[in-house]
Amino acid sequence: MKFLIYRYDPESGKKPFMQAFELKDIEPGMMLRDALLKLKAEDETLAFRHSCGEGVCGSDAININGKNGLGCLIPVSSLKEPVEVRPVPGMPIIRDLVVDMSQFYHHYRGVKPWLIVHDPEPEVEYLQSPQERDRLDGLYECILCGCCSTSCPSFWWNPDKFRGPAALLQSYRFLADSRDQATKERLEDLDGPYRMFRCHTIMNCVNVCPKNLNPTAAINNIKKLMVKDMV
Amino acid sequence: MSMDLPRRQFDTLVIGAGGGGLRAALQLAQADANVAVVSKVFPTRSHTVAAQGGINAALANVLPDNWHWHMYDTIKGSDYLGDQDAIEYMCRAASHLVVELEHAGVPFSRLDNGRIYQRPFGGQSQNFGGEQAARTCAAADRTGHVILHSLYQQNIRAKTHFFDEYFAIDLIRDDNGFILGALVLEIETGEPLLIEAKTTLLATGGAGQLFRTNTNAHINTGDGLAMALRAGIPLQDMEFFQFHPTGIAGRGMLITEGARGEGGYLINRDGERFMERYAPHAKDLASRDVVSRAIYTEVKEGRGCGAKADHVLLKLDHLGKAVLEKRLPGICETSRTFLHIEPAEEPIPVYPTAHYTMGGIPTNRFGQVVVPVEQGEECIPGLYAAGECACVSVHGANRLGGNSLLDIVVFGRAAGNDIIKFLRNNRYHRKIDENSVQAALDHLHRWDKKGEGESVAEIRADLQAVMEEYCGVFRTEEILQQGVEKVLEIEQRMQHVHLKDHSRIFNTARIEAMEVENLINIAVATVTSALARQESRGAHSRIDYPDRNDKQWLKHSLFFKEGRRLDYKPVTLQPLSVETFPPKPRVY
Repeated sequence: MKFLIYRYDPESGKKPFMQAFELKDIEPGMMLRDALLKLKAEDETLAFRHSCGEGVCGSDAININGKNGLGCLIPVSSLKEPVEVRPVPGMPIIRDLVVDMSQFYHHYRGVKPWLIVHDPEPEVEYLQSPQERDRLDGLYECILCGCCSTSCPSFWWNPDKFRGPAALLQSYRFLADSRDQATKERLEDLDGPYRMFRCHTIMNCVNVCPKNLNPTAAINNIKKLMVKDMV
Repeated sequence: MSMDLPRRQFDTLVIGAGGGGLRAALQLAQADANVAVVSKVFPTRSHTVAAQGGINAALANVLPDNWHWHMYDTIKGSDYLGDQDAIEYMCRAASHLVVELEHAGVPFSRLDNGRIYQRPFGGQSQNFGGEQAARTCAAADRTGHVILHSLYQQNIRAKTHFFDEYFAIDLIRDDNGFILGALVLEIETGEPLLIEAKTTLLATGGAGQLFRTNTNAHINTGDGLAMALRAGIPLQDMEFFQFHPTGIAGRGMLITEGARGEGGYLINRDGERFMERYAPHAKDLASRDVVSRAIYTEVKEGRGCGAKADHVLLKLDHLGKAVLEKRLPGICETSRTFLHIEPAEEPIPVYPTAHYTMGGIPTNRFGQVVVPVEQGEECIPGLYAAGECACVSVHGANRLGGNSLLDIVVFGRAAGNDIIKFLRNNRYHRKIDENSVQAALDHLHRWDKKGEGESVAEIRADLQAVMEEYCGVFRTEEILQQGVEKVLEIEQRMQHVHLKDHSRIFNTARIEAMEVENLINIAVATVTSALARQESRGAHSRIDYPDRNDKQWLKHSLFFKEGRRLDYKPVTLQPLSVETFPPKPRVY
């Protein structure tokens, strides 16, 4: 199987280039991460992030044949050859497939992704009905891999000001939580032309999310809450 | 040389950003201690994220329960090797800490009355060995994910100082035995950094990568265990390694015990629910060591499934699609992705898979690292350990499902509290021992040497194959003896390995080389301890010594790197406030 992999070594003084690799024995069920690990066993200079191998740690977001995804969840048998593997777009590249995620994390922290409750704490759990809890499904599963934000043209254009789909999904995860008491502050914080309203519902985020989450729907729900808050 | 080294000073250095490290860091940050968390991956990538089934606490939301029953089950599960003071402490703290996690934002699944959902798990009983209990608090089958994310979120709120993608190389220790911090490596730049700290907490997780087929992440290389060994600290009970009964056969992805807790069961090639034979009372919810041995035996005796008859099946279809999607969405997803199987229609092929390091750095219930002295034991000043890398020991010879997430929050917090006390009595940084810094730098620079020879990848693959074959579910003197020799041979080969990649920036080859060094140190500890223990207890099953031998072996092993020496210390049978549970035959 043929691969073309983006290589960049900042210490070499060379420009980035696409390196051709070939892998002989493709085992049934082999995922792209397995293939990259085999290639790395041959050439240890190939750098990429990965860890759990089952789509829960979110380390190995990469761009595969033009689409963002997690290397560990994509069977090589599903890919057209040569398989082009690049770092996720729009982020500063550190080396090979490794990008600098600082801005992505900055926006995540920016939405205050923690439960805010003003009332005194009871000695038992806060009560939440199964129906209230169901509203968090499709939100809490985010693994912060960054596939969505780095596929979003609005995030490419305004990476410093637009929070991006991942951070906005997180924001809505707390807005939707029946236990949270900071709705007003959270909404005020997202107001203005950039932080949220740069979303133009291009929906690349929905298309690439490896956990099948829907950040666009979350953003629309935040907008609805804002309207409700105004009237 | 070491004078040019950049240096930072903190009150506390936490190494590892899984649940244990983050829970401790939170306790410290809230007490206004100046705390640095060093992690070789971004915190939410830590392996706590992969825990599925839940966290044990006797909330009694579903069935009657209390902490004392939980304590009994944990001691029985440990095959009486657990320390009863620490187990009482953990089980008493459990409910409070789960409620605290809920208050911190963890989106637990809910019951109709709005309280936290709890499911039955293996080894749980009501009333000291009676009916099945339902003690495991769950957020669907993503409980580790929600706990890790919530703890990280609380730490950003508390302004904990994070060093993301820094790899810890070695502890710094002075001649008086004080631990003064660690030498770490910034992965992005390849630059070493000395972090000086009045207290250091190791929370680096387990070493599942010792074995070829495992449920663990690539990063689970037991770095803290090896750092402790190199600092002269022994490792305790390393012969006890848990094989989870239900890893996906041949691949290793974890299928939570919660699948059986929700009503799933195992079948062999005849469609027989074989656990009824091995554990008539608890059946599929017997302890993990019991279920793993049963699966292994079924396959060995020719009752395995599939073309090679090399696994058994986990049947879930009778639970119905609605329950599976609601309670076990993650394992449904995993089955589809990796097996193209719909669990609502077809059973999942499973086999015992390396999962959890019961042994580790010896600590007491305050998280202090303790070593034997002539009379009793003493603390290593300034050093703490918590979570899977520590051996308190609450899991003894076999950990119960749902007790690992509990362990990390209980002892992460306990360590945090004791560190606060230590800081009160030790206000100033001690003078750094430059020889110790130089030794750590030498360790790092060993990988600058150039030359030909084998690759790290080959060594790693061979080590994992050897451990799987010579230190697996069932063991004998002969097999373990060969295992020791083979691991020592690999240790020798590693001396002659050179890197081809000598770049500085994000050099993953160098990190992996140091990880494999760590694994080798731990493998030696594991096989050596296993060879010495001539009995069967919990996860350590010796065909040549099939019975538990309390007379000679009701004691903890301690392995020292120097001279590969073994020592032993007694099990604490005296709880804090209740009566002891004396060892008795363990049947499920």
